[in-house]
Amino acid sequence: MLRVDSLHAGVGGKEILSGLSFELPAGQVHAVMGPNGSGKSTLAHVLAGRGPYEVTGGQVSFEGADLLALSPEERAAAGLFLAFQHPVEIPGVANMYFLRTALNAVRRARGEDEVGPGEFLGLVEQKAAQVGLDRALLQRSVNEGFSGGEKKRNEVLQMAVLAPRLAILDETDSGLDIDALRVVAEGVNALRGPQRGFLVITHHQRLLDYVAPDAVHVLVGGRIVRSGGAELAPQLEANGYAGLLGPQAGGALAPLAS
Amino acid sequence: MTTTLDGAQVAELASREYQYGFVSDIDTDLAPKGLSEDVIRLISEKKEEPGWLLQWRLNAYRHWLTMAEPTWQNVTYGPVDYNDIIYYAAPKASKKKPSSLDEVDPELRAMFDKLGISLAEQERLTGVAVDAVVDSVSVATTFQRELAKVGVIFCSMSEAVRRYPDLVRAYLGSVVPYRDNFFATLNSAVFTDGSFCYVPKGVRCPMELSTYFRINAAGTGQFERTLIVAEDGASVSYLEGCTAPMRDDNQLHAAVVELVAMEGASIKYSTVQNWYPGDADGKGGIYNFVTKRGRCAGAGSKISWTQVETGSAVTWKYPGVVLQGEGSVGEFYSVALSAHHQQADTGTKMVHIGKGTRSTIVSKAISAGQGQNTYRGLVKVLRSAEGARNHTRCDSLLIGPRCGAHTFPYIEVKHPSAQVEHEATTSKVSEDQLFYCRQRGISEEEATSMIVNGFCREVFRELPMEFAVEAQRLLSVSLEGAVG
Repeated sequence: MLRVDSLHAGVGGKEILSGLSFELPAGQVHAVMGPNGSGKSTLAHVLAGRGPYEVTGGQVSFEGADLLALSPEERAAAGLFLAFQHPVEIPGVANMYFLRTALNAVRRARGEDEVGPGEFLGLVEQKAAQVGLDRALLQRSVNEGFSGGEKKRNEVLQMAVLAPRLAILDETDSGLDIDALRVVAEGVNALRGPQRGFLVITHHQRLLDYVAPDAVHVLVGGRIVRSGGAELAPQLEANGYAGLLGPQAGGALAPLAS
Repeated sequence: MTTTLDGAQVAELASREYQYGFVSDIDTDLAPKGLSEDVIRLISEKKEEPGWLLQWRLNAYRHWLTMAEPTWQNVTYGPVDYNDIIYYAAPKASKKKPSSLDEVDPELRAMFDKLGISLAEQERLTGVAVDAVVDSVSVATTFQRELAKVGVIFCSMSEAVRRYPDLVRAYLGSVVPYRDNFFATLNSAVFTDGSFCYVPKGVRCPMELSTYFRINAAGTGQFERTLIVAEDGASVSYLEGCTAPMRDDNQLHAAVVELVAMEGASIKYSTVQNWYPGDADGKGGIYNFVTKRGRCAGAGSKISWTQVETGSAVTWKYPGVVLQGEGSVGEFYSVALSAHHQQADTGTKMVHIGKGTRSTIVSKAISAGQGQNTYRGLVKVLRSAEGARNHTRCDSLLIGPRCGAHTFPYIEVKHPSAQVEHEATTSKVSEDQLFYCRQRGISEEEATSMIVNGFCREVFRELPMEFAVEAQRLLSVSLEGAVG
């Protein structure tokens, strides 16, 4: 589904991703873990097409198409969703209206019929109940005055409504209490299916206790330095990234203690 | 209540240019170019006016000759040659005002159909009474008979002068005297048509009233005059819309609107101003120099102005309320957009005279392209206005790096018990907001339009439903090409 091949990217002439490669097949959940500054969020933003990040080398194919040639909204229409680490506030725009506009924009781009307000109301209320988002928040302005947990639930709600092919969660677990974390995890688990892929970017293992990944990639210094199964996450948690890396960050791999 | 456009409508509209820029081929009766006592006599004669009104016009003209054009406003425009303007232009067919729509010149009807205001349909379907003013004259007023049943007078100013001279004489210039300011004085001398509305005691006007202004003839100015009087306990909601053809030269629009609200009366006046703004390089467009003022004469009366200003090359207006009656209320809700090379210097004046008077000001200014937007507001609390209160909220939104927003609030308070609050913010449509929307599949243009509409929501919800939809549509269209 997603194939990243020696991706180089940076901002303002400074390289952040230095030849990153991995492959995410449909139906799987992959975790990307790594220390601060390793390029995790850059990876999420580059995949979503955000400026001012520049891709300086490599390829990314998504469902066989050249992802890097698409605009952010075309990527969304192709089924790529990014759950933001810091969801943005849009004053005066009702959350529900925003979400319907997004859904219809995506549907239009795919040549599908738009969803009318009545039908949408039913859909969104059902999904809101699933993710435990207070209905009142649907009428409020997008993310304005939401608590940290409410913002993240709102991201999960958007994901549930837009039902993407590939969902990238950019540190969605950061700053969440255990209840909110469960909601996020349940949201992901409810959407798991053979046609859908997830890229869960996280600093900690916590979220992975609830969302069992099919693979874990360790990102250090802009490169995947290690890939493995779900068992890699608790090892990292126990030994830290330093244990994985040996004395020089970004240098040669030290053998993992097992 | 908020209304919102769906994406398809926005996308479709965003690809349009100023769509009202056509010229209709209508045979027009013109006064000679230039301004003189003779021209004023000619206008007065054409309109079969009584002697007192001609005298009033001449007084205004003589006073105007002693005045200088104001320069304090924060806009720049080329000099206006007042002798190079045609002060009277009338579609010829309208010499005798038609008594029913069937008698309206088909060309004129076609023009209004093209503007999306089918006069016949307005009459049949929408339940909004429309007075249609083309250049200097009113060409049709719908629903007059139905309104007359409840005693509401709604007609063109010319007709009012002929049929209700005493009412006109009692109130004309009672809120905006002919000496008021350069443009209002000019208007007093040469005003041609406009709407007149009188709502008698205790009557709630059963439908929205609306005037649609259209400048068609080249080289003309439009100087309409509107007067609305609501007697004790009466109420009325009034809408005003305007468009003009695309022309390379600038055209002057200097209107005066006067509102009078007696005890317990309420007047709601909404404007969607969409005069031709000039092209993307700033060539052409309307100079919109307008004086609008309401007088809350009676206790417990209320006057509310809502304006959406998207058109004109230069806008210069301050709809205000003189709060005379005890406990009277003044409101001003404004959205002003300056895109491309447009300039707007607009705001309000709230003058508190009576005890316990209250006013609310909500101003939303949007600047895009190289547009310059100025909020200028006066809140004045006189010594007599014990317990007066004002709340002002003044927000500016910038789109792109080359536009500007300016705020000049003037506050004068003479009574120690007054409470005056002023809040102001300036923000930008941020990269973060745009990317967030785009990541969800919403195009940059649609996202900008959505963010701008969100910014204006507090004002749009004050508009009557149909106008709110129109206003959102206009914002989307006006921002076209000015974003990025």
